[in-house]
Amino acid sequence: MTKLSTFLGAAAALAISAGAALADPAVIFDLGGKFDKSFNESAFQGAERWKEETGGSYAEFELTAEPQREQAIRRFAEQGYSPIIMVGFMSATPLNEIAPDYPDTKFVIVDAVVEQPNVRSVVFNEHEGSYLVGMLAGLASKSDTVGFVGGMDIPLIRKFGCGYAQGVKAVKPDATILANFTGTTPAAWNDPAKGSELTLAQISQGADVVFAAAGATGVGVLQTAADENILSIGVDSNQNYLHPGQVLTSMVKRVDNAVFEAMSAGEAVETGVQVMGIANEGVGYAVDENNQSLITPEMKAAVDEAAAKIGSGELEVHDYMSDETCPAVNF
Amino acid sequence: MDRMPRWADVLLVPLISLLLAAVISALVILAIGQNPWEALKIMVSGSVGSTYGWGYTLYYATNFMFTGLAVAVANHARLFNIGGEGQAVIGGLGVALIALYIPWPHWSLALLAAMVASAAFGAAWAAIPAVLQARRGSHIVITTIMFNFIAAALLNYLLVGPLKPAGTMETATASFPEATHIPSFRDMFSFGETILFRGTPANITFFIAILACLAVWLLIWKTRLGYEIRAFGFSEGAARYAGIGSTKIIMVTMLISGALAGMMAINNTLGEAERLILNAVEGAGFIGIAVALMGRSHPLGVFLAAILFGILYQGGSELGLTLAIPREMIVVIQALVIMFTGALDNMVRMPIERIFARRRARTPLSPPGPTLHPPGRVAPSSTPGTAATE
Repeated sequence: MTKLSTFLGAAAALAISAGAALADPAVIFDLGGKFDKSFNESAFQGAERWKEETGGSYAEFELTAEPQREQAIRRFAEQGYSPIIMVGFMSATPLNEIAPDYPDTKFVIVDAVVEQPNVRSVVFNEHEGSYLVGMLAGLASKSDTVGFVGGMDIPLIRKFGCGYAQGVKAVKPDATILANFTGTTPAAWNDPAKGSELTLAQISQGADVVFAAAGATGVGVLQTAADENILSIGVDSNQNYLHPGQVLTSMVKRVDNAVFEAMSAGEAVETGVQVMGIANEGVGYAVDENNQSLITPEMKAAVDEAAAKIGSGELEVHDYMSDETCPAVNF
Repeated sequence: MDRMPRWADVLLVPLISLLLAAVISALVILAIGQNPWEALKIMVSGSVGSTYGWGYTLYYATNFMFTGLAVAVANHARLFNIGGEGQAVIGGLGVALIALYIPWPHWSLALLAAMVASAAFGAAWAAIPAVLQARRGSHIVITTIMFNFIAAALLNYLLVGPLKPAGTMETATASFPEATHIPSFRDMFSFGETILFRGTPANITFFIAILACLAVWLLIWKTRLGYEIRAFGFSEGAARYAGIGSTKIIMVTMLISGALAGMMAINNTLGEAERLILNAVEGAGFIGIAVALMGRSHPLGVFLAAILFGILYQGGSELGLTLAIPREMIVVIQALVIMFTGALDNMVRMPIERIFARRRARTPLSPPGPTLHPPGRVAPSSTPGTAATE
């Protein structure tokens, strides 16, 4: 008991001293780990960029078990870190319960909405970015058949697939869209061999562009597409460089920007819901020297026009998660 | 097996195994440029140095006790139940169903119902592999491990579809109503100003786990059924000759085993998360195998081994939270302990047995010898009587 009180005392003292100076931010990575080649890694890169540019330091923790969510949030809050950034929607419920206990600490959650006065919720309009790459896929396809390989079958990934299908249909109303998911367990995020098999199956059904929204599984999709000489589309970070000239584009989701911004704002981080869409460059499609030759000026013009319309609100892309249905494709 | 006194078998061998694991872990920590002594101090003080640490240690230990007991009971009938993972997943489904759809007036009733539901669901999940083993001879190792995947897929389907509240992203059910929240250690042991076990997940289920240990001990060593289970485990043919039906024993043992694994869900689903999460079990079913091996399938051994693994888990979390030790390294340390205490048990046991055998051979008539062993079993070469018969 005395140990506990000294521990709490120390934590409190640390909190006070840290608050008096300048609180360091902390990042909690989800179960995938910070080297998942997907959004955790993107968050990690954002944090590292902030560290490099400002010379500051931050605390980090990679979750390995469910009860650790609450444990890590509380520990960092008690040690005086602020803002505490967590990536992944699974932390939403624990954060919702814990945030009121630490009213002076700021929290940032990526990929979920938590309605508490001291929480910033960052959500991405993945369907908008997917719509754009769907248009590109439709325009680039010669067989009028395109594929979608999702990771674990959860609503978020269906949201990617649904936006993508709408984009394809927008430019080619008669196109066929083949949608497959790698699996129903978290292992589906990390199964490149299965991703490769699904890609081969879709190619045999005539697909000549494949969009992978599957974490590390996507590496297998992109590899097979390159081997079989068809086009592929990467996800989350810019993956065009993986197979130069054979990756049509990448649907980028700038988790790194969200983390960087929150860290730069520090304790003054604005709370409330922050939607990262096309308008504020939270999502988009990537063009660089690796895929310039694949995207014709006409394609670019068409997509940029749609992007402008989505940005201004003139064109609305259906969000699968709003009602769990999709007008463009059956999952 | 008679060559070693019991204390050496139960205490000395695991301790030496732990020590070996600690030495190799220390080398690993040294190799990544951290101070092993510092790491050990953080692990120990973080897991048992405060009520905060104990709150997590005992939470993990409760999970491992249930799955460890499940494996232990099946082991006594020489059935290797690797399906604890899936049985616990389905047990969680039972808990979620009764907590979500029945309005409970008081937590005590909800707890009782959760015990029944988790046990029934876990047992039902174990029943199918048991029937396949008993009637068709499909090997239980294969079927139970397959059923883990089916359980994961089933839960995934339910948590992506029917059981998920519309509009949320999390693969989880809605939170259980207030009335089903069972007391945590914080509620039970904090009085007045002093708050103990602050923010920790340990809850009343720990005591249910202790009762389960006791119940398994009574079952295996004090009842006729337990005797039949053990007899069947020692020799199936002899048991059948003695009139013990193999179908019945396989079925009953697996049902009990599945029920115990399923009951783990009271701790993690009703007690901790207060909702059903997709990966709520997170490997506890497999840790149960190591716990049962280390505890030599005895409830007391399972209890102690479960606490050791709880310490490893919580100590590992503290390492990650305090030192910049990557989580993969923490898994390496945990794996080393499992490997030495579970898989490499004989590596330590056999040399120690030899040492004891040699000592006994040298001092044949030392006082403890005759009292510990019946005269007929004393090493033959040292007894003049046997020499004469030769």
